[in-house]
Order: sequence, then C-alpha cells, then structure tokens
Amino acid sequence: MKIYNIRMMTIAVAAILLYASGCKPKNVNSAVSEDAAVKTYVAPGKYDEFYNFVSGGFSGQMSVYGLPSGRLLKVVPVFSVDPEKGWGYSEETKPMLNTSRGFIPWDDLHHMDLSQTNGEIDGRWLFANANNTPRIARIDLTTFRTAEILEIPNSAGNHSSPFITENTEYVVAGTRFSVPMDNDNGDVPINTYKQNFKGTLSFISVDKNDGNMQIAFQILCPGVNFDLSHAGKGPSHGWFFFSCYNSEQANTLLEVNASQKDKDFIMAVNWKKAEEYLKAGKGKKVSVKYAHNKYDDKTHSSKSETMTEVTMLDSKDLPGLCYLIPCPKSPHGCDVDPSGEYFVGSGKLAALIPVFSYSKMIKAIENKEFDGTYQDLPVLKYESVLYGEVQKPGLGPLHTEFDGRGNAITTMFVSSEIVKWNIKDLKIIDRQPTYYSPGHLCIPGGDTKKPNGKYVIVYNKITKDRYLPTGPELAQSAQLFDITGDKMKLILDFPTIGEPHYAQAVAADLIRNKSVKIFNIEQNGNPYASKGESTAKVVRTGNRVDVYATAIRSHFVPDNIEGVKLGDEVYFHITNLEQDWDIPHGFAIKGANNGELLIMPGETQTLKWTPDKVGIYPMYCTDFCSALHQEMSGYVRVSPAGSNVPISFSTGKNEPADSVKTTASVK
Amino acid sequence: MRKLLILFSVSMSVLLYACDGASGDNTSSGNADNSSAAANNSAASYDPERGEGKFSNVELSDKLNTTIADAGEKVYGVKCAACHKLTDEKLVGPGWKGVTTRHKPEWIMNFVTNPDAMLDKDPKAQAMLEICMVRMPNQNLSDDDARSVLEFMRKNDGVQ
Repeated sequence: MKIYNIRMMTIAVAAILLYASGCKPKNVNSAVSEDAAVKTYVAPGKYDEFYNFVSGGFSGQMSVYGLPSGRLLKVVPVFSVDPEKGWGYSEETKPMLNTSRGFIPWDDLHHMDLSQTNGEIDGRWLFANANNTPRIARIDLTTFRTAEILEIPNSAGNHSSPFITENTEYVVAGTRFSVPMDNDNGDVPINTYKQNFKGTLSFISVDKNDGNMQIAFQILCPGVNFDLSHAGKGPSHGWFFFSCYNSEQANTLLEVNASQKDKDFIMAVNWKKAEEYLKAGKGKKVSVKYAHNKYDDKTHSSKSETMTEVTMLDSKDLPGLCYLIPCPKSPHGCDVDPSGEYFVGSGKLAALIPVFSYSKMIKAIENKEFDGTYQDLPVLKYESVLYGEVQKPGLGPLHTEFDGRGNAITTMFVSSEIVKWNIKDLKIIDRQPTYYSPGHLCIPGGDTKKPNGKYVIVYNKITKDRYLPTGPELAQSAQLFDITGDKMKLILDFPTIGEPHYAQAVAADLIRNKSVKIFNIEQNGNPYASKGESTAKVVRTGNRVDVYATAIRSHFVPDNIEGVKLGDEVYFHITNLEQDWDIPHGFAIKGANNGELLIMPGETQTLKWTPDKVGIYPMYCTDFCSALHQEMSGYVRVSPAGSNVPISFSTGKNEPADSVKTTASVK
Repeated sequence: MRKLLILFSVSMSVLLYACDGASGDNTSSGNADNSSAAANNSAASYDPERGEGKFSNVELSDKLNTTIADAGEKVYGVKCAACHKLTDEKLVGPGWKGVTTRHKPEWIMNFVTNPDAMLDKDPKAQAMLEICMVRMPNQNLSDDDARSVLEFMRKNDGVQ
C-alpha cells in the first residue's frame, strides 16, 4: 500500500512537472528546430549566403558575420581605436577620431543602415551612429573600412540615427538628450529644461557619387527625447517618422517621471517641405564647431576639417513641417512597412502595438483633425491616423521588421519573445521565445521596400545560462530563426562582439564581388610612400627622423638604422610592396607606446616612435607572411642626445663590426 | 603559413569539384575561380615548357626594344627588385642573370602573371621553391607589365 502510494505520488509529481514545463518558456531541446544543423551548416571553404552587419554597442565597433553559419568574418573599428589594425594609432588614421573636443577613441555605436537606391539595398555604404559624442560614420563596403565620420553639433545622445531615405538622399541624426544649443549659454540650472533645452533633427545629405556627407539642415524641435526613426517610402517618400518619449520634459528620474503620460508621440517630418523652406531662405545660419573626417584610399591617409556653420529651420515657425501623432506609452521602435503605407510605433510600456496609416495621416492633416498643440506643434487626433492596434502582443514591444509577405515581426523585451503578426488584419500568427530579452531584430532588407524573408536574426541583451560562463560579464547574442513557414523556427544562436543593437543583412552577391583585394602600388599617393626598395631612405630634419621603408616577403628595407638619438621623434613610413591578396605586413618596434601598424598590399602607414632609452631596438613584422616571416626583422640603434653617430641605413650589408665607420662616442 | 593553408583549401576544393562533377555549384563555393581553372587543366595536358597561364606563343625579335625594356626596368624597381638581383646571386628569389636562357618566354610571362597556379604544379617552379622557401608573390602585373619585364630580362642577358 505504501509502495503503491509512493508510486502514485511519483507519477503525479512527474505529471505536474511535465505540465509546468509546458507552460514555461520551452527548454533548449524543444525550442530548436530538428533540421537546424542542416539549415545552418556551411561546409568548410563554402561561402555564406548573407552578410550580417551587426552594431557593436559600447565596443564602438561593427562586426560582420556570415549567415546562416553565424561565422564571424571581421570586426571593423568605427568609433573606436583598434590596436589589431593600427586604427587610431597610425598617423594616417588618427584624424578619423578627431572631434571639436579633440581625439575621442571610443563611442557607443547603436544603429546601422545600408545605403539604398529606389528603396532597395544597393550595397555601397553602411552608416552608423555614435550615441555619446554625436557622430555619423560611413563605412565603405569595398574596403570594409570607415571612410568618413561627421560630428553632429547641437546634439546629445545621437540615438534616432542613422536612418536613411529611399535613395540615400539623407541620413538623419536625432537627439536623445535635449540640451541647450551649442552657441546658447549652457550654464543654466538643470531644472530649467522646459525653457532652455531643445532637440534637433539633422538631415545629412549624401553625395550620390562619392558618398560625401554634409549637414544640409537641422530642424529645431521641442525638448523631448527622440528615440528611433525610419523614412517613409513609396507613397510616403518625402516624410520621416521619429518616435519621441519624455513629452513630460522631465530632467530627473526619467524611469518614473517620463512615464507619466498615457501617450507620447511619433513626430512626422515633411522633409520635402523642409527643402522648400530652405530654398525660400527660411533657414537661419547658426555658428557652431564640428569635425568632418575623411579617409582617402589614394593617399592612404585621413584629414579632419573643422566646420563652423549649420542652417537651422525652427519647427514652430514653419507650418506643415512637423506634426505630432499621439502614440501610447513611451514609443521606442518606429518602423515603416515595405509598402510605405503603414508605420508602427512600439510603446515599450504599452499592452498593444499601434499601426498608423500614412494615407489617413495625410487626410487628417488636410481635414485639420487636430487635438490641440504641444509646444506650438500641431497634434493630430490618434484615431484619425490610427489604422488599428495589435492587441495583447506580449510585454514590452520594442522593434519591428517586415518579411515582405505582408507580415511584421516584433521583439518583446519583457516577455522575451518575438511575435509575428499580419499587417492587414493585425492578428497574431506565431510567437517564439528568445534567450533572453531581445532588443533589435533584423530581416535582410527588413526595413526596405524589398525584404528577403528567409531569416530573422534577433539580438539579445542577456544570455545568462546559454554559454559557458566567462566570469561576471557574459556574451550578448544573436539568434537566427527560419521564417519561411508560418511558424518561426530557431535554428542557431551565436555570441556577438559587444552589445548588438540594430543590424543589417544583405545577400552576399551584392557585396562580395566588389571587395577590394589590393591597393595599386603605382597609384599610392601617400607623400611618404616608397615605391620600390631603391627609394627607401632615412632623413633627419632637426629632431625629426623620417624612415621611408618598404616591406615585402620577408624583409624590410632598410632593416639596420643608426644615428637616431634620444630626443628624436621617429616616423616609420612603411610601404607594403606586395600586390597579392591577403598579404598584409605588420610593423612593431620595442617600446613603442602606442601600437602596431597593419599595412595592406600597396598601402603606406606611419608609426610615430619616441625612443626613451639608449640602446638597440628590434623591429619586426607582426602578421605571419611567409615561411621566413620570423626572419622579417631589423634593428634601430639609439644613441645619446648629442652623439655624433650619423644617420645611416642599410639592408643586407652584414659588415663586420670593425668596418663600420662609427662607434658611439659621446661628448 | 596562411599561404599553405590557402593552398590546402584550394586543393581540397579541387577534389570536391572533381567529386561533384558537372553539378559543381560555383556560385556558392569558396575559391570558385581557382578550382574551375585547375580542374580544366589536368596534369596530363600540362606543358612544362609553356607553363600555365594566358600566354601560349610569345614572338620575340632578335633585337631589343629599348623603350619596352626601360618600361620593364621601372616595373622591376617597384615590384621585383625587393627579391631578385640582376646578377646570378640569390636574394629571396633567384638572380635574373640567364633567366631568359633557362626558360621559354611563354613560361616567364605565365609565371610572373600566374605564380600561384604554377607553383602548385610546375616542376621547375617547385624545384626553385624548395631552394627559396618563399612562394613568389603575385605582384599583379598587367600583360604589358609582364612583356616589359621580359624585355628588361633580355636586356639584362645581353640582347642588344
């Protein structure tokens, strides 16, 4: 009897456990699709189908993955130095990180957007934002390097950036933190937010041919927090939509104080109208200071220029420029569907997702269906613009992407899941758990007119128990779902570099054949280039010593240098003479207190070195280049200040000591 | 080391290609160009006098074309001199003295424009690799560059 009871209890407990596990988020085994391995396996030597460009958050970098394998292909420094590549350490790259406040080696990179033509990804450039010290970067997708960085004046917390219009006419940059404008007196009490703090939306024009960025105009806006944005497309091309929160205009404990109102806003900006106002001379010139940095692949070096003026359009004085659309509870994501008719505001504290209609918005403006004003800007009636609401989608909706088949997929941060719903009937089709707390998500082309609805990649903020523990700080992660069927199937997850925010993905065919393999040595326009070993030399000018050196498998010319003295500043200008793909050379010298150089074939890069002690300093190639890579080395002799050792340099002259003309003799 | 790995992966993909037969999926395979080029030239048809590449018949005049030879000397200065002396002394690679008597002009022009493929199969190139231990880099010479360099080699070998 007793035994029987125990048996019954065991069965009951097991049944309860089974039942309970059915309610909880599914465990790993049940959540992974059975054919996951087949779907994500890319054989050695085979290429992935997609590039995935993933923001690196507070690493300031961007990383490039192949999909569906999740293999990491490259980490690109954007708003950060990168000792591996000498980026920000070589003389040629330092100006890229210059700002109006001097050299800034770090930032917080949140969002990426690929350039588009006719609303489709064209594979030319990738844009990225710096959140902390406001900047926008353009990355060249032939070299996978940062080609340009533009600082944004009159801005703080550059968050609703860098989203683009359908022909890359503009990249926008909106302020998260409203602040007093740069040339206003900023020495004001913080609690004068309502009087003194303003937001701005910068429209940066992009040159069709070379990508050159320029601030076309800024729009002065009420002091609120602009969060995210997306451009209209198709019928709504000409408009830009920004989510904003903190319409309470709180300046402390925003967690509570900016969550008071039932609704904040989506701001609709008519940028075609802005262009008209600009033409009509309604813009005001404002004096400011900001840096504009560009890298040149011909001179293999960058320049930083200080700009001094922007044109400002004041939203409250220019009717028809900006409209506010009420949106529930601190909207975060602001996403426009492929048709351009619907835009989605994700109120992160709301229990529903509002979907707005562009054509209804235009009608509401025509019919003046206003609900008063906010800070002198017209507020449209919620119901007049609303297409409908997705009811009970989950907790904490953040971001939405589109699959091109009439569906949207939204991340739910609080309930840790993704939810697929139909744009037309607003009904929920599927929901799947993520591990854990997803922020952004990405479908290849998922914010363009032509999504490729094969995969969605979800970027998680927290991984907890998903990987081998690595101390207190754990990896963030990406999770890949197959979305070709009604049910979304988890097929892979992989850790990311830094905290991933927004990402972009594109068919590899659009990018891979344009990849630069080498730089033509004959076209090297760096003033310090050595084109051929016969041109290598060492030149002293006062206490500056310029070493014009070459590198090729596997030696430097010169590799024996004498005559350097304490107090000298030595510039090693190393030209890589190789013209073969995948043969960079590195350069390092003992005691250099900045970094190394990594020099691509045909390129010239410069390392500044200030020796601090008398002695012999070895230098060597750091990137394994051939079977004789270990032999790719040399020596620099450093003599005391005032020494009479003349500058001399050589390679291959293994002369015995007594034939060398000078030994150290100090006065 | 990296090169050796690439070499290994190229030969692996050649093997894969051979197994695949006509169904080889070039668009999604790594090193697609190399593997197909290699597969089309089986060892049996390899001509060690000509080498492998786009040049099959190079016509030479008895006399030197000094304009072309001078252009070749410029290319030599930028792309070749780091490893090759004009004497018979070996530096990284062999000295150039006598090179035009050791190899046919087609072989030279193919080797300087297509070193990777030839180092993988040409007996003379492989014998030299065993001595030098550094694979000759592809210095991305144009067809004209290759012809100019050949003319400069002839000048170096005494053609007038």
